Parts: sequence; C-alpha cells; structure tokens
Amino acid sequence: MRVEGKGLIDRSRRVTFTFDDRRMTGYAGDTLASALLANDVRLVGRSFKYHRPRGILTAGSEEPNALMTIGTGAQAEPNQRATTQELFDGLVAQSQNRWPSLARDVLSVNDLISPFLGAGFYYKTFMWPRSFWEKLYEPFIRRAAGLGALNGRNNPDHYERAFAFCDVLVIGAGPTGLMAALTAARAGADVILADEDSRMGGRLLAETGEVDGKPGHLWAEEVLAELAALPNVRLMPRTTVTGAYDQGTYGALERVGQHRPREPHLPLECFWRIAAKRAILCAGALERPIAFPNNDRPGIMAAGAVRAYLNRWGVAPGRAVTIFGNNDDAHRTAQDLAAAGVKVAALIDSRTGIEVKADYPVLTGGRVVATSGRLGLARITVQHGGGTRTIATDCLAMSGGWNPTVHLTCHMNGRPEWREDIASFVPKPGAIPGLVAAGACNGTFSTAGCLAEGARVAAETLADLGMSATKADLPRAEDGAYAIEPLWHIPGKGRKWLDFQNDVHVKDIKLAVQENFRSVEHMKRYTTQGMATDQGKNSNVAALAVLADVSGRGIPETGTTTFRPPYVPVSIAAMGAQAQGKGFAPQRFTTSHAASVERGAPMIEAGLWYRPSYFPRPGERTWKEACDREVKMVRSAVGICDVSTLGKIDIQGPDAAAFLDFVYANTFSTLPVGKVRYGLMLREDGHVMDDGTTARLGETHYVMTTTTAAAGPVMRHLEFVAQVLRPDLDVQMISVTEQWAQFSVVGPRARAVLNGVLDTPIDDTSFPYMGCGAVSVSGVAGRLFRISFSGEHAYEVAVPARYGESLYRLLLAQAEVLGGGPYGMEALNVMRIEKGFITHAEIHGRTTAFDIGMDRMVSQKKDCIGQAASRRPGLLEEGREQLVGLKPLQPASRITAGAHLFDEGAATKRQNDKGYVTSVCWSPTLDSHIALGFVANGRARLGEKIRAVDHLRGVDTTCEIVNPVFFDPEGGRLRG
Amino acid sequence: MRITCPICGERDRREFYYGGNAVLADRPARDAGEAAWDAYIHLRDNPAGTSRELWQHEVGCGAWMVVERDTVTHAVHGATLAPGAAR
Repeated sequence: MRVEGKGLIDRSRRVTFTFDDRRMTGYAGDTLASALLANDVRLVGRSFKYHRPRGILTAGSEEPNALMTIGTGAQAEPNQRATTQELFDGLVAQSQNRWPSLARDVLSVNDLISPFLGAGFYYKTFMWPRSFWEKLYEPFIRRAAGLGALNGRNNPDHYERAFAFCDVLVIGAGPTGLMAALTAARAGADVILADEDSRMGGRLLAETGEVDGKPGHLWAEEVLAELAALPNVRLMPRTTVTGAYDQGTYGALERVGQHRPREPHLPLECFWRIAAKRAILCAGALERPIAFPNNDRPGIMAAGAVRAYLNRWGVAPGRAVTIFGNNDDAHRTAQDLAAAGVKVAALIDSRTGIEVKADYPVLTGGRVVATSGRLGLARITVQHGGGTRTIATDCLAMSGGWNPTVHLTCHMNGRPEWREDIASFVPKPGAIPGLVAAGACNGTFSTAGCLAEGARVAAETLADLGMSATKADLPRAEDGAYAIEPLWHIPGKGRKWLDFQNDVHVKDIKLAVQENFRSVEHMKRYTTQGMATDQGKNSNVAALAVLADVSGRGIPETGTTTFRPPYVPVSIAAMGAQAQGKGFAPQRFTTSHAASVERGAPMIEAGLWYRPSYFPRPGERTWKEACDREVKMVRSAVGICDVSTLGKIDIQGPDAAAFLDFVYANTFSTLPVGKVRYGLMLREDGHVMDDGTTARLGETHYVMTTTTAAAGPVMRHLEFVAQVLRPDLDVQMISVTEQWAQFSVVGPRARAVLNGVLDTPIDDTSFPYMGCGAVSVSGVAGRLFRISFSGEHAYEVAVPARYGESLYRLLLAQAEVLGGGPYGMEALNVMRIEKGFITHAEIHGRTTAFDIGMDRMVSQKKDCIGQAASRRPGLLEEGREQLVGLKPLQPASRITAGAHLFDEGAATKRQNDKGYVTSVCWSPTLDSHIALGFVANGRARLGEKIRAVDHLRGVDTTCEIVNPVFFDPEGGRLRG
Repeated sequence: MRITCPICGERDRREFYYGGNAVLADRPARDAGEAAWDAYIHLRDNPAGTSRELWQHEVGCGAWMVVERDTVTHAVHGATLAPGAAR
C-alpha cells in the first residue's frame, strides 16, 4: 500500500512491469520489491527445500527470499534480488521454484513430509542402493530443490572488465562513507566512493532523522554534489565491492545495464579491479531476524526494511503492522509508521523494564510464540504478562539486532571479534592491510557516531598517506544509544527458521550437535546453513548463537564460519568479461594471411597464430588430396610456406657465443660466421626443452629460431639464464619474431625461384647447405638461410615484416611459373615425418637427447643447461623408449597417433606396453602410412615387428620398426 | 596481488611470471655431484612464512628479480633485481 506524502520516488513517472504475467505499475525510483509491496503482493517465492511460501524480508542485497528471474528468452537472468532490482518500464519478473504457480505449488508437499527431510536427510536416506544415486536420487533432488533455472541458451549480453586506481577507496556511501569520502576528497586525495545501491546515502535515505538541520537524504545530496564536482573523486553507484585481495586490490561488480531496458552499446555488468592505497570500509550493518515459531510467513519482515519501504519508497508493507524486537532500534519503525498514519497494531519488546510512551499498544517483556496465515501473515500469538493473546496483523516487523557488515574484513582470513554490548561481531582491526572499518560496520550505530567516525578514520588514513585533512565541523545528527538484550530463538510449536534461503531451522542445528557436528564449520556443512546466494547474511550470527547455546559454549568460543569473496553473487560472465568467443585469446596473423585466405586455405590455430592448413584446388574433395598434391609438388618442383611464426631471437654481444654454448647442448662458438647450425636445448633436468636452428650473422651476432609453440618460454628462459645464472656474460637479446617475415622456398627448383627475387643471384658456392647471410631482395635488405625442414634443397628468406606480403605474393608467382605453389601445415608435417624430423609431439617434455638419438650432441667439453642431469644413469639406459620409425606391413593399414605398441603375441595390456606412436601420416612419397614413435630399446630392434594398438579407435596394425628417416636418409637432396 | 618492480614500480601480478624458488639462482658447478644437483633441481622447502622467489616482469621490462613474500600473510616485502637485470 502506497502512503501519500512519503518516499523519495518520483510520483510523476509511472512505470509498468509484469510479475508472473500480471501487469502492475510503480514509480521511478522504486525497486521491484517496493513496487510489489505497493501492489500488495506479499507472496513472492517458494523456499529452497520445503517450498514454503515466502515474502520479501529485507530491502537490500542480503535478501534471501525475493529471488526472481528477470527478463525473457536468452536474456533471462535467474536469482536476481527483487530488493535491489530497480524498476523500469517493461520489466518482466517471474517467481521461481514453483509449479504450476506460486500460490499452488505441487512440491509444497515437501513441507508436509518435512519431519523426514531434516538436516542431513539425504546423507542418510539416499545411501542405498548405490546405483540409484546417479539415475534417480540426484536428478530428483536437483529438480525438487533449487532456485531459478538457467535458460540454457547462449548468453547474448556483453560484459566488461576495467581497472581503477585510487588513494582511498571508500566502500559504502551511508553517513560514514559520505563523511569519509568528503574528508579525503577535500584533502586532495584520489577517492573512489563505491556503493551497491542505485542511490547513494545508505540509511540516510531510509530514516527520518535530520543531519545538519535538514532531512538526511538532502544532506547526502549536498555532499554528493560537492563530491561529484571534484576532479579527484569517482562516484561508483550500483557497484558492490565484492572482495578484498592482496596488496590493496579490491574486486567490484558494477551493474551497468540491469536497471533499464537493454541498450546494445552498454555492457550488462562491469567487473572492476581497484588498486587502492588505502580503503575505508563503511558497509553498514544488516538486521537479523528472531527465530520464533513460523517466523517465515510472507508479511514478516526485518523492522529496518519496513522502515526503509515507508521512508524511502512511500510504501506501507501492511495495513495493521506489529513490531517485535529486542532493541531500541525497533521502536523507530513503530514511531515512523505511526507518524505516517499507518496503524501500529502492537509493539512487542522482549525486554522488561523499559518505558515507552506511545499511542499504540506496547507489550514489554512480550514474545511472539506463534503465527498463522497460509500464504501470508494473518495473525500472531503473543505471550505477555503471564498470558497469551492473538493480534490480527498482516505485517510483522522484527528486529533481533544489527550485525555489522564485517564480511570484507574476513576475506584474508581475519576473524571478527565478539562485542557483548551490541551482541554482535565487529571487525578485527588490521585484518586487511590498508583497510579500516568505520561506522555501523564497526559497531557504531548512531548517525552522529557514524559521521564522526567517518571523518576521524579518513583523517587518520590521510595522515598515513602523508596528506593532511582540513578540519571541518561535523554536522549535527541524532546520537541515540543502542541498547539490546540478546534474543535468539523462542521455544514453541513449529519450526523456528534461521536461514530462510536454505530452509534451516533451530532444530536442524540441534540435530547437528546431537550427531556431533559441533564445530561451526561442521554444523554449516551438515545443515547447509548460510550456503546459498545470500551466504547467510541474515542468519549466520543467530545460527551460531543457537549452536553456542545447544553445545554449551559461549558465542566467542563457537566462532564464525569463514566469509569468502564474493560478497554478493557475481556472474561468471562478468568475471570472464571480454574473454568470450574470440576475446578469449589474442589472434596473431602472419603477413601472408590475406593471401592465404584468398586462395581458400582453411586457417588453423598454432598457439595464437593462424596458419594455412592446405590450399585446395578445384576438383579436390578432401584435405588429403590437397596435401598429397602439395607434397609431390614440393618434392618434384618447388613450394612456398610462411614460417614467420617460428620464434626469432636476435642475440648480440661479445659473449654471445659463450652464451649460446651455455644454453644449447651442442656448441655454437665453433660455428663459422655465415653458417647455420641445428641446436638442441635442454632443461636443467636433462630433458629436451626445444630445438631449432641458429645462424651466425657476425662474430658477435646470432639469430636463433625456436619452435612456434616455445617462442615465449624460450625467450623467458634465455632472459633467465642471462640475468640470473650468467650475469658474467656480456650479451643482449630481443625477440624479433614479428619484425621479420620469413618464407621457406623448398624443392628442386627453390634456387631458381629465389634467383627470380634476389638482386644478386646465388649458387652453391655463395650459399652452400647451411649457409646464411645478408641478401638484397628486390631492393629490400633481407636475410637468407639455406636450411630445410623437408629434406629438400631449401631456403628461408626473411625481409622486414612490412614487405612480407609483397614478397610472399612475388614468391608464389615465381613458383607457379616453375610448376610450384604454396603448401600448408599438412604437407609440411608429412614431409617432416618422412624425414624423421621431430616436433613437440616427440619432444613432449619427457624425452631426453638420448631418447631421440641425439645424445652425442650433448657436448661433454663444456657446461650447459641440463648437461649434468642428462648424464644421470636412468636417462641413458638402453631400455628407455627410443625414437624410431614405424611402417605398416600393409602400406594401406592405418596407424594412429596415441596408439600403444605391443610385441606380437603379447596380450595388449598395460604391463606389456612397449611404447607409443607420436606422429602419423600418409606418405605420398612412399605410398604408405608411416609413423614416428617411441619403442623400448627401439634402436636395437630395427627390422622387428611390433603391433600398434589403439583401443579407442579400434586400430590394430602390425608395423616394422625402421629408421626414423624414411626418405633420402643420406641427405643427397638437401645438398643437391 | 601486486609486486613492486624495481624498474617499473608497483604492478599487478598478472604482469609477472613466477619462475620458482630463488635457490634456482644458485646453480651448482658442473661437477658438484649428484646430491647437489638433486637438491638444486628437485628439493624445495615449503615454508610457512618468508619465501624468496624468482619472478620476471614479463609483460613489462622483462627484468628477473627476487621477490620476498610471506606465504602466510601474503605480504610482499620487496623485490631486488637479478644481478644481470639492470644491463
């Protein structure tokens, strides 16, 4: 029911929305919850386990009951809190966890059989028979229990992430936060003020008290206007600081688009990482319910929330409101309601000996012992003065006291401390380095106290940063005392609910203790107390008070469970913002990319790079036809391939040669200028790290190539060696992978193609096998290396990347005249397998130089990375799995990578495993399937037969163990 | 987590690469024997408290440094450049 003349809503702007397909109206400034209450909707959801009817309990992000699915179709978002969802025109809200409707819910039968469904019931009930768990029990429990459901469709919304930096992060914009931010901002500090509400002001918006002689919300507006005008202040409304992390890093979720119809240019949410030199936590406090019998009926609400709905949104949640509390604060709710003309049926205070003057009935020393009303509260039974009486009421405002919002201070293992006078936990000072709690979250509850503490903590923070605060007068405000007498639960018939969202009641805690789950962490897991989306914000303290009581300990000894980030639920999409689809990883393109795509080449991912798989020609139906043709083309004429993705590291300095001798297993100081050598790099544990060629361009100048995959790790490794292990060596290095475009020109007619683009033709004398040097490529200064990864007469020609595309097109044109053309990764792979060249399929991290037959490359004349460990006896045993070639006895028989190898006649089981297959292909050169693999003692078994068995793909092929170099083992073609 | 790079200043840990315990900087001589090499390659203390580690400011200046931090409190006490980092 709307109350005339109250609230900060804009009554000139009506907003239309639907709830469970019913059209309703509210006003601009409403939340979905306030609008529902204004429309007299009390039943808003069904509980998690027992499907009990539930209504709105709170007015903030701690809400356990009023969870809705907002939106429709693929954009529907489940489990949104009606209490924080701002109303907008066209908003569509659906209640959850009910079928067929909210008022008639079939699974509310669970509530009738609740005696069988107590805490831990599924641990006991669904134990047997075991096979029923997966097929029957779990699907049923998942269906019956639960909150909203995902729509199962691809999320079309987009999300962002952002970073921010500040001197002082103020978390929460209530009286404390505003005062702290103002003090810090006036002193010139860079300030971020973040508040999860759409409107800043905190409790000042929900109370009637004055600040500085004016209504609190007007004072807040003035402060905010001053802050907004300062260049050193960033105001972040709708932003929940969700976590406190190391070294002053805070996570924060900003809701950018959920309070309005979708706008395509706006993200839905933005996840912030804020690095703050200091932080002031002004997160306020959360009111806790009282556990009396059947305290969960729709219409029973937190007293502070009832006051907030009245004062901020002009809504009376009931027509005859009762108030039940154990502290002074509850009285304000009664006073505000009465002043607004709402009937207060009774104020029940559990304390005795307090005096209240009021126009409504006040029952001191009273207790609510029962409630009734099926889908909403109708009456309550009160025990008072030795008797009981029944009071008709449609809204009961309850207050069991206020819990300071200590959550963030516990994110780094800090445990809050119990304060007897306010019967609550307060933050432990210093729990988060650089963060200080102030105001209500620190146990200071009066407005005047909050303002003073905000100003004082800000001044101390500024001093800590070497800045000074200008002394400002504190605004006047109420400074009422907060007296409380703990009241946790009230005996009586019926369940006394603690955790509304997970359906945990007092008896469940008792059962946990009875079954010896006495520690607070065990109790939590046994009962599921505090586990759902609200993380027990209303209920944890009361639950552990009950636990303390039942287990005969005090509350401080009982302790709390650990509060972990995030403070409110954060969607995975927000955390992974900008990493959806192609945003997941950067894409790297070679200079020949466009030319390859023009020719119809499917591009495949190689790390972050994209490389052509093959170049289809008209009439070719499969990749294999194209691949076979490309291999024959290269081996008979000439082929062009972009090899720029290989890592290129430029290494210079007087000690460059000594450096390379140290990082490579073989020797490079003996390499003559103008020559290239294959190099093998080990890890310190003696296993192979990477391989590649290194060219000596000058006495003190080398260019190293790495595999595409290892370019980054090798660069890091070289820096490590130079900076950490060998600072004595005078050497510099830099990655030039992207600076040089490099193409291989391969095949018998390679030199003819090259001489078509080089300004000075080359021959075998000027560029012998493994020669290198500077060349002029159509007027551009380039480099030429005579190296081969195919076994053919081949070169790699490099030019600065800006000339890459032209050179690639030029080379292709030259090659096509000579019967050649481009070839892709498939053909490249076939040719390297035919020659027994290794890739990371073979040097996969567990193989040694010995295993791949390169043990003799590990120089014994010098120290190098991995040299000492590579001599360990276990790494040199004959029985180790060694690199071999495998050729099926029937050339058409398939071998698969990953197949395991077994001796003929041996059972194909793990114990008889003799090795495995790493690389396979169809060799058009040899007209046979061929493979590389590792066989125990393989080099001694050449010519023997072995079975390649792949259980997964049903392959069983008998092969001959052969030399891994299938084609041209003498290497005549290389030098040709 | 934030680390102060001696060259670039305070940066988010995402800019850094963790390279293992700082004992990796004390590489044994080639002929130091099996025990020394075994310790260097495989054996690490697992301290509850101060830990000295090698980190590289990989997405920044590229410098390797020894970062001293506390495995219990997660405090970062500081970073010193590797001997060859300042070249």
